[in-house]
Amino acid sequence: MSVVVIMLLPLAAALLVCIPFGKRWLAGVTVVACAAELALVVRLALQVVAGHAPGELLDAAWSKWIAVDGLSALILVLIALVGTTAAIFSVGYMAQSNLQPKKLRLYHANYNLFIFSMLVIPVLAEPTAIWIVVELTTLCSALLVSFDNTRDALEAAWKYVVLSLMGAGVALFGFLVLFAAMHAGGGGTYTWAGLVAAAPRMPPVLMQTAFLLILIGLGTKVGLVPMHTWLPDAHSQAPSPVCALLSGIETTSILYVILRLFPVMQAVRGAHAETWALVLGLISVGTAAFLLLQVKDYKRLFAFSTVEHMGIILAAIGLGAPAADYGAMQQIVSHSVTKSFCFFAAGAALLATGTREIAAVRGLIRRSPLTGAALIFGGLAITGAPPLAVFLSEFTILKAGLAQGQYLATGLLAAFIVIAFFGVMAHLNRMVFGVSANAEAQQSHAVPHAAAAFRLPFSCRLAMILAALPVLVLGVYVPKPLHDLLTLAAAALTR
Amino acid sequence: MSAATKLLLENLNALAAGLFLLTAFGIVAMRQARACLNLFIAQSLLLAASAALLGLRYDSGHLYGVALVNLVSKPIIVPWLLRKTSSAEIYTRREIDQVLNIPTALLIALALAIGAYFVGIPLANAVGPQFRGPNVPIGIAVLLLGAFTLTVRREALSLLIGLLVMENGAFLAGISIARDLGMLVELAIATDGLVIVFIMGVLVRAVEKQIGSTAIGALASLKETAPASGTDEAPR
Repeated sequence: MSVVVIMLLPLAAALLVCIPFGKRWLAGVTVVACAAELALVVRLALQVVAGHAPGELLDAAWSKWIAVDGLSALILVLIALVGTTAAIFSVGYMAQSNLQPKKLRLYHANYNLFIFSMLVIPVLAEPTAIWIVVELTTLCSALLVSFDNTRDALEAAWKYVVLSLMGAGVALFGFLVLFAAMHAGGGGTYTWAGLVAAAPRMPPVLMQTAFLLILIGLGTKVGLVPMHTWLPDAHSQAPSPVCALLSGIETTSILYVILRLFPVMQAVRGAHAETWALVLGLISVGTAAFLLLQVKDYKRLFAFSTVEHMGIILAAIGLGAPAADYGAMQQIVSHSVTKSFCFFAAGAALLATGTREIAAVRGLIRRSPLTGAALIFGGLAITGAPPLAVFLSEFTILKAGLAQGQYLATGLLAAFIVIAFFGVMAHLNRMVFGVSANAEAQQSHAVPHAAAAFRLPFSCRLAMILAALPVLVLGVYVPKPLHDLLTLAAAALTR
Repeated sequence: MSAATKLLLENLNALAAGLFLLTAFGIVAMRQARACLNLFIAQSLLLAASAALLGLRYDSGHLYGVALVNLVSKPIIVPWLLRKTSSAEIYTRREIDQVLNIPTALLIALALAIGAYFVGIPLANAVGPQFRGPNVPIGIAVLLLGAFTLTVRREALSLLIGLLVMENGAFLAGISIARDLGMLVELAIATDGLVIVFIMGVLVRAVEKQIGSTAIGALASLKETAPASGTDEAPR
C-alpha cells in the first residue's frame, strides 16, 4: 500500500472520532486505527528490509518529498507500536476519571493527530518540511499535556510550549543556514539524500553553524541537558498514556532529525559533530543520573530517566564506531518499549494510590500486587538489569566503546548508568516493598480499606502485558528481520 | 535594472532592516502589552518590506510570496486569532514586577546585538559575496533579543510576542541567505505564527481561568525541591 495512505490513516481516525457515537466508539476507533497502522508500518518495514520499496518511493516526482530507509522504517514501527499499546491503556485509564464526552472526544482527536504528526517526520525527505511537522507535534501534544487543566498541568504545558517553540526558532535558522550551505556548494535537491551527496562541496563554517543550531534547537525538544528543564514537568503532568507517547517516542522521533545530520557532517574535515554528540550526551546522562536521586514524584523519576536515555543514545552515536551505531539503534528500540511500559506501570500506581508523591506510597505490593510488581519490573527494565532489552542495548554500546578505545567516555557512561540504576531502584523499592510509618498501627486495628485490593481495568492490564513482551523478548533474542532493520538503520548514520 | 536602482534597493533594504532591529529594542523596553503588540506588527511589516525589496533586487518571485504571506498572517491574522482565543483583558495589562529594570535590559540587549554582528558577518561572507548585507547579523540579533525578552518577561502576551520576534529574526536572516528555498518558506511562515498564537492563546485562556491572571511567572510550583504537588487532586 502506498506510503501516503499509511500516513493518512491516523488523520482519518482523528476525523472519525469527531462523530458523536459515544465513548466506546472513541476508544474503538483509536485502538483499531493504531493497530491497523502498526500492521501497515510493519509490512512497510519488512518491504524495506527485503529491498522492495513501495512504488511511489521509486518515483522521481515523490522522491523530493518522501523517502523511507531503514532508519525511518525503524522509527515508524516504534511510533505505531507505542501508539497502539498506549491507545489500549487509554481505554481503561481515561474511563477511571469520569470525563465529559466532549472532553474525551478532544482527547482522542488530539491523540490521533499527535500520532499522525509524529509518523510524518521520518517519512519526509525535505528538512524545512520536517521543521513544519515538528511544530505540528508541539501543537498537537500541548493540549494533551495540559489535559488535566490543573494549575500544575498548565504550568508544565506552558513551559513545554515556550521552550519547544524557542528551540524551533533556533532550529529554523539552522535549517535555513543548511540550505544556504548547500546553495553555496553548488546546489542540488534539498533532501537528506541530496545533502549527503552535496556535503563535500559545502562550506564547513556554514555546516558547523547549521549543525549546532539544529542540535541546540531540536535538542530542546529531545530534552538534552542544558535545555531539558521542561521535560520532567511535561512528562509527569500529562495523563499517563500521553506520557508514554511523549517519553517513549516523541523524543526519539525528534532525535531522528538530528541523527540525519551525522552522515552529512562526516564529509566535513574537522567538523567534530561526533565530539559534540558525545559531550552533550555524557552531560545529559550524568546530570540526569544525579537529578534522579532527589526526585519526589515517581512520574518525574521516569521522565529524568528519559533524559538519561536520550543522552546514552547521543553519546553512543558520538563514539563513532559502527558497532556503537548499531547499539544506539538498539537503545532507541529498547528505550521506546521499556519507557512506555514504565509509564503504564506509573499510571497504574497513580490509579491505585491517587498520589504521585514517592514518600506517600509505601507497600504498594500488598495493596495492589500487579501494580507493585509492574513498577519494580519497569524500574529494573529501564535501568538496564539483565536479561531485559535495555541491558542488551547498553551492553552493546559499552562493548563498542571499549573496542573503540574510548575508555574515559565508556567508563563515565557506565558509571552514570550504575548511579541511575541505584537512584531509580532505591525510590521504587521503598514505594513497593517499604513499610509506611503508620502501617503497624493500621494492622493492629485491622482497618478494612487498607486491605481492600485495587483492581486495574482489563484494558490497562492488557496494554501492560503487550508492552512487557518486547521488553522480555528483546533482552535475550533479536529476531532476524529486526536485526536486519537495525543494521540498515545504523548504516544510515554513516556515509 | 541599472546599478543605481540596485544600490537604492539595497539601501532601502538596509533601512528596513535597521528599523526592524529598532522595533526589537522597543519590545525589550516596553512594558505595556498593547504597545508590544503594535511594535511586533510594525516589525512584521518591515520584514515584509525587506522581503519585497530583496525580491525586487534579485528578481525572485518567492520573496514576493514571503512578503505577501507576512503581510496577511502577522499583522492581520495574529491579532485576530489572539482576540479569538484569549480575552480582551490581556491587551490592557502592564507588567508590574519586572525581573530587570529597563536600562539594564536595554544594555544587555545592546551587548547581544553587538555580539550578533560579530557572529553574523563571517556567516554571511561564507555564503557568498552577493549575500553581504545587513540581514544576517540583524536577523541573528533579533533572534537573540526575542530569546532575551522571553527569559525576562512574566506576562503571557509579552512572552508570546518574544517567541514571534524570535521567528521574525530567523526569517529576516533566512530570506537573504536561502532565497531560493521556495514555497516551503512561505508555508513555514504561515504555519509558524498561527501555531504559536493558537496554542499559546488557548493555554493563556486556561491559565487565566485557573489562576485568575495571565502572569505566567506566578506558575512556579514544579520543582525538585518542593514537595510533589497534586496529591489532593483526582488521579488521572
